[in-house]
Amino acid sequence: MFIPCDRGGDSAAPDFKGFTLLMPAVSVGNVGQLAIDLVISTLDMTKVGYFYTDCLVPMVGNNPYATAEENSTELSINAEVYSLPSKKLVVLQIRSPFIKNKYRPFCETLLSWVKSSKCARVVLLSSSHAYQRDDEQLLGTPLRYLLTPDLEKAVGGRMKELNWKEMEKVAAYPGISDTDKVLHIPGGGITKLLFTESCSEGIQMAVLLKFCSEGDNIPDAFVLVNYLNEWLQLIKSESNNSTDPSSQWKIPSSWRLLFGNGLPPALF
Amino acid sequence: MATFFGEVVVAPSRAGLDEEEEAREETPEDREIRREIEKKREIDVLWTWQAGGCAEEPLVCSRFIVAIGRNAAAFLSSFILDSVCWEVVGVVKLWNEWCRTSSTTNVLPTDSFCLFYRLISDPTVLLCQCSCYVAEDQQFQWLEKVFGSMQKKGLQVTILSTCPVADYKTQESTLTLVSPFLKALKTKEFQEPVCCPLLEQPNIVRDLPAAVLSYCQVWQIPAVLYQCYTDVIKLDTVTIEAFKPLLSSKVLKSLAKVKFHV
Repeated sequence: MFIPCDRGGDSAAPDFKGFTLLMPAVSVGNVGQLAIDLVISTLDMTKVGYFYTDCLVPMVGNNPYATAEENSTELSINAEVYSLPSKKLVVLQIRSPFIKNKYRPFCETLLSWVKSSKCARVVLLSSSHAYQRDDEQLLGTPLRYLLTPDLEKAVGGRMKELNWKEMEKVAAYPGISDTDKVLHIPGGGITKLLFTESCSEGIQMAVLLKFCSEGDNIPDAFVLVNYLNEWLQLIKSESNNSTDPSSQWKIPSSWRLLFGNGLPPALF
Repeated sequence: MATFFGEVVVAPSRAGLDEEEEAREETPEDREIRREIEKKREIDVLWTWQAGGCAEEPLVCSRFIVAIGRNAAAFLSSFILDSVCWEVVGVVKLWNEWCRTSSTTNVLPTDSFCLFYRLISDPTVLLCQCSCYVAEDQQFQWLEKVFGSMQKKGLQVTILSTCPVADYKTQESTLTLVSPFLKALKTKEFQEPVCCPLLEQPNIVRDLPAAVLSYCQVWQIPAVLYQCYTDVIKLDTVTIEAFKPLLSSKVLKSLAKVKFHV
């Protein structure tokens, strides 16, 4: 359930009509979530509400995007909604895993919110186990996209222009029959469920994903967010005068100490 | 992943739901079993104060102090609670893989329990000792059922909890940290001074304390969480005493059994 931050006074609930909803799938390497962090932090998006749900493990911490002492003590919870009206962009960040057996209720609540908030389309950032790719998927770029039929009509041509690769379907019974093909996104969390539900409910959804392995997934996040930027142009890409495209994205302060604490000084 | 010292740390998979779960179609039998388990895992909050009064009326509460875990619960027992000033008004009955609590209010300190007390001289002051494990799927229910029977206007919440110092993320080595120590998190509405430093990023708090604080943040209830980082997870006097600075806080000052001059 979406609950706006500021409910007092005359300020009405934020209006997301025609907005693009950008969100992560909690998937292998947390790549989608890391990429979303980069978007929120770089575009300096404003928190407008919470996605209050019983489907996610509770967690709290202080502002993950703190830039100074003053804004470092704002409490953050497991699912928050950020908005940038100038770009017609609304972002849902998910910061904790799902509770067992709660994937389906979460997808239902989310899609009903998408409909009631009148968001124009949903872009889901996801990832999939690199080691489970088939021969075809091993070739070329590790990035893939998927479009629901309703979005295909609108942006299918653009994806062709960008020379993007659609996620291949894989044989349902490899080695036995190559005719039955299914969509298979191992390690993608709710990606497949959310995508198939969106297809049947006529929701415009795009899935952007990267094949990756668990480890230091920060580089994967940069690759995925740059992939997203090729299409949505959230920030100006200066690919010709910069050798490192990742430098345009702002790493949030909460990414510190991802690999543990300092070493005991007695070691040295 | 191997650490600096070479030991292999198994990171919990971040891949979301596993294959089996994704592919499996639930049979009617599976569904029935799942429903039965869900029913069994449902928690019950039994309020005894309703016996004489009207059960429909929400409890008017000005201060709600929640102690989660044995050390925090023991802190309340040692410094706040006594049978003269406080009466038991409620109990949570729950069943999960780690603990079972019954609806009885006669508990031993060694039992796992979740009890609510009310200050006799000021019935709007409510206290909760929760020494039992509340599973992930039960935390939301706990919130809905406990806060559901309370009036939220004028309410202020204080949460006390402990966690291992190994969970604390810092630039220095955890070996050089002097534990136990307190860190606080507060909701936007909480305006009073806090008795200890605030928890720094990228540290987070999880489980029931996080669930209570999230609830308060979302529903705009002033709340503060005092998290004690300790290297002893069992009941331990040093950890209990680490909460002592809170006795000087506005909310606990008037409730302390013995007046401390901190």
